[in-house]
Amino acid sequence: MNKSLVKSSHLLKQMTVVCSRSLSSDVFTTKYGGKNRVLLIPGDGVGPEMMFHVKETLRAARAPIEFEEINLNSKTATDSLIDQAVLAVKRNGVCIKGNIETDHNNPTSQSVNVSLRQRLDLYANVVRCKSIPNVKTRHDNLDILIIRENTEGEYSNLEHESVSGVVESLKIITREKSLRIAEFAFEKAQKDGRKKVTAVHKANIMKLGDGQFLASCREVAQRYPDIKFETMIVDNTCMQLVSKPQQFDVMVMPNLYGNIVANVCAGLIGGAGLVAGSNYGKNVALFESGTRNSGRGVAGQNSANPSGMLFSAANMLRYLGLDQHSSVVRNAIINTISQRNVKTVDIGGTASTSEFMKHVLDEIHQHTPEIDGLSKF
Amino acid sequence: MATKAFSFAKQILKPNSIKIALNQNFSKNTSSLFVPPTVTVVNPSQANPLPDQSKKIKVTLVPGDGVGPELMLCVREVYKQIGVPVEFEEILASELLPGRSSSVEDLKESFKRNRVGLMGVITTPAIGESGQLESMNQKIRLQLDLFAHVIRVKSLPGLKLRYSNIDFVVIREQKEGEYSALEHESVPGVVESLKITTKENARRIAKFAFDYAVSNNRKKVTAVHKANIMKLGDGLFIKSCQEIAEMYPNIKFETMIIDNCCMQLVSKPQQFDVMVLPNLYGNIVGNLAVGLVGGPGIVPGESYSNDIALFESGARHAFATAAGRNVANPTAMILSSANLLKHLNLNAYAQRIENAVYKVIKSGKYRTKDIGGYCNQSDFFKAILNNLQ
Repeated sequence: MNKSLVKSSHLLKQMTVVCSRSLSSDVFTTKYGGKNRVLLIPGDGVGPEMMFHVKETLRAARAPIEFEEINLNSKTATDSLIDQAVLAVKRNGVCIKGNIETDHNNPTSQSVNVSLRQRLDLYANVVRCKSIPNVKTRHDNLDILIIRENTEGEYSNLEHESVSGVVESLKIITREKSLRIAEFAFEKAQKDGRKKVTAVHKANIMKLGDGQFLASCREVAQRYPDIKFETMIVDNTCMQLVSKPQQFDVMVMPNLYGNIVANVCAGLIGGAGLVAGSNYGKNVALFESGTRNSGRGVAGQNSANPSGMLFSAANMLRYLGLDQHSSVVRNAIINTISQRNVKTVDIGGTASTSEFMKHVLDEIHQHTPEIDGLSKF
Repeated sequence: MATKAFSFAKQILKPNSIKIALNQNFSKNTSSLFVPPTVTVVNPSQANPLPDQSKKIKVTLVPGDGVGPELMLCVREVYKQIGVPVEFEEILASELLPGRSSSVEDLKESFKRNRVGLMGVITTPAIGESGQLESMNQKIRLQLDLFAHVIRVKSLPGLKLRYSNIDFVVIREQKEGEYSALEHESVPGVVESLKITTKENARRIAKFAFDYAVSNNRKKVTAVHKANIMKLGDGLFIKSCQEIAEMYPNIKFETMIIDNCCMQLVSKPQQFDVMVLPNLYGNIVGNLAVGLVGGPGIVPGESYSNDIALFESGARHAFATAAGRNVANPTAMILSSANLLKHLNLNAYAQRIENAVYKVIKSGKYRTKDIGGYCNQSDFFKAILNNLQ
């Protein structure tokens, strides 16, 4: 009798373990009563100003967003604060952040941005460069989606001086992560109704490393017969980008090339102030500016272009399923630039940040009532 | 009974029977409350039309049983006086009037559509319809996934009570535990009631409690349990809370056994900050806590799912004996409706309502019987309306 009781309680214990394992998950939505909680990290340079504008914009659009703020920047960054930030992103699932400056001169200090990305395993960086009407550039009608592997490659932080005067930096390419980013790229291409994916590489020199990346992309491409797959060497890619950028649709590439190509593309459509960037991991997303500059030069001058960060906020809204709020914000920025002809200095205008924002908020006010009852606030 | 109360309350609230000092200009200015203040500063020109305010926000209203309908009339009157851009979609739900009550499906649909609701108390009859074990309240909570119930227990200045300076929050899991409605008589004379604890729901409520603590600047979360007896069930609850606590290094985490917790509550309630509890303990502790600061007529409460927020009273008592007698205290419902406005980001309106209520209670001139006064409901309510500046 006693034995069987013990046995049954043991069985029960096992059952609970099995049950709880199948039920539990580390995915948490921090959404209560329809309000989403988002972590906000103002960062350095113009970050805090931009975040102020983001908050203002979301409030004007009546988006059901509540911010948890962690003041992580180059001055306050300590291990424990970074730990806190990582935990806070994990438990909120979504983060919007300004860039955090990295000290180039101190070899022991790792970039806070990179360490956040690696610890959260934000493997995919997505930057969309789309021409905005009425922004004068050399090339029109661009709509390029750059998808960058974000956790390995040259950003491995593995460097050493084997003998004095000889430094080796290790670039790591793994099959697992290459497949993962390729899969992400094709899925995104399919979801967005895009036609072509171009893998950018330097496999003619790094035959094994970039070769593996390329092979992984090819492997995934076979499963998406509807999407055209091309490969292009990075040097040629850059030349093509500045001569005939319209040929590109979706581009997928390893870490460093992605960094460079995304900046080139941002330049093509009007500069760092116009481009948003998103980073995705499993169940976490981090939204920031496309080119990840902290813009210290323009900080405090009321002249920075807030469009990039606002586009980023719009991306965040879309990620949270608030499509209507997202398009209201996006359209407000585009209308301000192209119809109202209000432009900040960086894209050839004369407006200050606050003037620009005034028009954006005004546009939002006019369109907010269009957001239907389901997603009000 | 409810209809009687309804007509009675309607009578006492007839606009001409109450003279209200209403700020005449206010209705013209309401729209400006919507616009973030920074915008009005930057952009005062009339060339830029303000957002269209003709579109009111729809909110589901369930008056409930007992004094619910008359309290809801008070809320409506308050909203009307200050021009809150909220429109109520009223649904009658009662288990005492099964023929006239809307179905749970109707309620569900309305809550899903509006996502925000104000709710009175639906009385659960001792013997349910066709012997069902699950009450309407439970059905609503389960089917709408309203997993969290929150009561902010805060001493109101002006009330003379045994305890002062209390400010803590009771967060209760309200989907599982003892409320599973799984009971059976295995052999005659032996009844087994199943208490269910799942890791998923335990983690979920724990995370909710910690998130609440973060966004409300609270320092400590206390998980209440009886894991010394229910080693597996409550053990799982505590373990899940501990796991979640690791993600919040800045918030202190404590555990306390339910019996000791109740003793501490009546001897030194100021020590608590945020409490997180499984269903039944939450029910008991919630009622106890509400009693500490003035009773069910004073304390508002709210229930949350991921998508829906439901505002109600903190201790759910229908107070049927007071229905229609002009004695019930409307404070809890009015404060709850203010919380609803805060949830809709209409903070300015919420602030006005809260200030009016606090002012009346603090002055001590008007007090209903439940808080030691001799004033009837309509006089008390009139005083609140007069203070809605």
